[in-house]
Amino acid sequence: MSSDYEYSDDDIDYSDEDDEMMDTQEDGSASSDDDMDMDAFNEDFKVPSKAMRKTYEIEYDTLTQTAVEKAMAADIEHISGIFGVDASVASLLLRYLSWNKERLIEKYMDNASAVSISAGISPPSRSSVSSSAAPIRSHSSSTGGRSSGGLRRPTRQTPGKSRSPTPASVYPDAPSAAPKPEPFVCPICFDDSQTSFLSLSCDHQFCAGCWGAYLTSKIREEGEHSIRCMAEGCAIVAPDPFVRSALADDIPTWERFQELVVRHFVASNPSLKYCPYPSCTHTVSCPVAAHKSALTTIVPIVSCGASGTHKFCFGCPIEADHRPVICSVAKMWLKKCRDDSETANWIKSNTKECSQCQSTIEKNGGCNHMTCKKCKHEFCWVCMGPWSEHGTAWYSCNRYDEKTGVDARDAQSKSRASLERYLHYYNRWANHEQSAKLSIELYSKTEKKMEEMQVTSDLTWIEVQFMKKAVDEVEKCRTTLKWTYAMAYYLEKGNEKELFEDNQRDLERAVEDLSELLESQIDTEIISTLRQKVTDKTVYVQKRNEIMLEDTAKGFLDGRWSWNVSVEGFD
Amino acid sequence: MASISSRRLRKELTEITTQGCPVGIKLLNADNFETWLFSIEVLGETLYQGEVFKLMFRFDSQYPISSPAVQFVVDNEFQAPIHPHVYSNGHICASILGNEWSPVLSVSAVCVTLQSMLASCKVKERPQGNDQYVRYAPDNPKKTRFHYDGKHHRV
Repeated sequence: MSSDYEYSDDDIDYSDEDDEMMDTQEDGSASSDDDMDMDAFNEDFKVPSKAMRKTYEIEYDTLTQTAVEKAMAADIEHISGIFGVDASVASLLLRYLSWNKERLIEKYMDNASAVSISAGISPPSRSSVSSSAAPIRSHSSSTGGRSSGGLRRPTRQTPGKSRSPTPASVYPDAPSAAPKPEPFVCPICFDDSQTSFLSLSCDHQFCAGCWGAYLTSKIREEGEHSIRCMAEGCAIVAPDPFVRSALADDIPTWERFQELVVRHFVASNPSLKYCPYPSCTHTVSCPVAAHKSALTTIVPIVSCGASGTHKFCFGCPIEADHRPVICSVAKMWLKKCRDDSETANWIKSNTKECSQCQSTIEKNGGCNHMTCKKCKHEFCWVCMGPWSEHGTAWYSCNRYDEKTGVDARDAQSKSRASLERYLHYYNRWANHEQSAKLSIELYSKTEKKMEEMQVTSDLTWIEVQFMKKAVDEVEKCRTTLKWTYAMAYYLEKGNEKELFEDNQRDLERAVEDLSELLESQIDTEIISTLRQKVTDKTVYVQKRNEIMLEDTAKGFLDGRWSWNVSVEGFD
Repeated sequence: MASISSRRLRKELTEITTQGCPVGIKLLNADNFETWLFSIEVLGETLYQGEVFKLMFRFDSQYPISSPAVQFVVDNEFQAPIHPHVYSNGHICASILGNEWSPVLSVSAVCVTLQSMLASCKVKERPQGNDQYVRYAPDNPKKTRFHYDGKHHRV
């Protein structure tokens, strides 16, 4: 919510600032009154977030790591309260059912013990949940009383023994057991110097050292958030307090474990997504894009809040703004480009199609008398006409205007049309991408220009910022333009597509105009006019971009767009 | 810490040498705590009657917390058994060597499990996609992420 607000607010600030700059220069012209009104409007109505949101912007929230942890803790507390179990038990239950509270409540109410067994909270033989019993039992070596026995029978330690849960401190069987109890030895390391033993509710005891090594390996190597008892076939899962105490002083591993749990929480929740930018810890919550079905009507571009540049799509793996086109079409286009563009270019320049069977043929040497490998059709590489008409002119073709040759070339060009069509869109797409990339260069150039202006005119640094704003806007619009070509490639011919392409053309013209202006030479005398021009054009480009995005987004909501291929989610 | 693995292996070796291996299994070589070799045959009426296989265990310093790398040896003398979970390069797809490994399991326990895996075999055949797997398989089978599909591959 807040971020949406900031987002649209940002745009407003932008134009305000520009206008203000004009005001200072023009000393209060007619337009400044309007601007004043606008400012007043903004001051008076600081909560217009919902109404101000544009169709192409979506509602989302950005969360810090702490906020996510809080949300997770709230879920745990909720379950813990309903079921009357420890938080650590509630956490294991939630992890077991991938944090789906509704399903957990339903299943638990249906059969609490079955869920507890499957979640690794209680052993199969016990019917009731002994969640209130302390999850950790510490044993000293003298109280164990069980010998290690032979190693060869791994099934020896079945968790089937039904003992009543004993409080950690009392061992009624210890005094009454055999007169001289053998010292307990950990069945994993056989280190008889070990004196500290731990077990989960299943009572499978191992020494603290082995537990520590085991948990560390599970957390560090395998990244597990639900770690089972070390005994073979035992399904009891170690609750968090046990993990914490068994890891003893290894705080980094404990922190890693907590992180794994949080990651699982985020990954399980369809309305949450981690910011994909390296080492960024923010999370975005976007419930409107949680369901795949929503992705046919919205393009959920979000920004994580850590930085304005951390822009990514909530609905698909594209780590950039791909508005106005929806995820599935963007994905289709990228795949096509990856597979086809280079190949298509090469095919276009190096091959021709057999005029009979349309097989693509590369001529890699030899004379012009071609014999199609596939259909055995003989033709002339130069005129594409049948070879039979060439008579004895074996190595040259002077028959370019013969009817059969013209027809063959017509057929050729038809089959090339789809390739040409694709390349038309691809080249424009690639162009805008390239230009957007070059904007870094444009930035430094512009910066120089801004310095120049400061020297040659009496404008201050703040006042020459309009150049930078313009560059920003150009880059933004080129991204939009880039994706409009991907969209147009798949749009079904018709009025809607024509309108789309009209908008595209208007935006493109505006962007190119502004781009040119930014590249132009600066004369001292015309700086004020240039400034006026650039500012006007920037505002115009911004408006065109808005129209493009808004209209396309509305079109998706209204179901106005139809495709020339089958697109996921469209009939 | 490396002492856990050697202490544990010393203990296992003592048990093997004093109490003997399970029936049908013989220790061939255990000169160090890195690689052990066993011969294994399946007794009784099975598809592998009369066949002897060679089993290799490789241990890292994390043993027994991490599972040993276990495979059948394929050389001039020995072949890998033809079994739906054994690839022709000797790699074994068995859940107890992967995600169901438990540190309380031991070398003999693994041998016994593999024996029963062979004993219960109904059809002698290679796993699906054997050739493709063998062509690109890593030297150490632990580097392969086997997918244990249901009880089918669980032994």
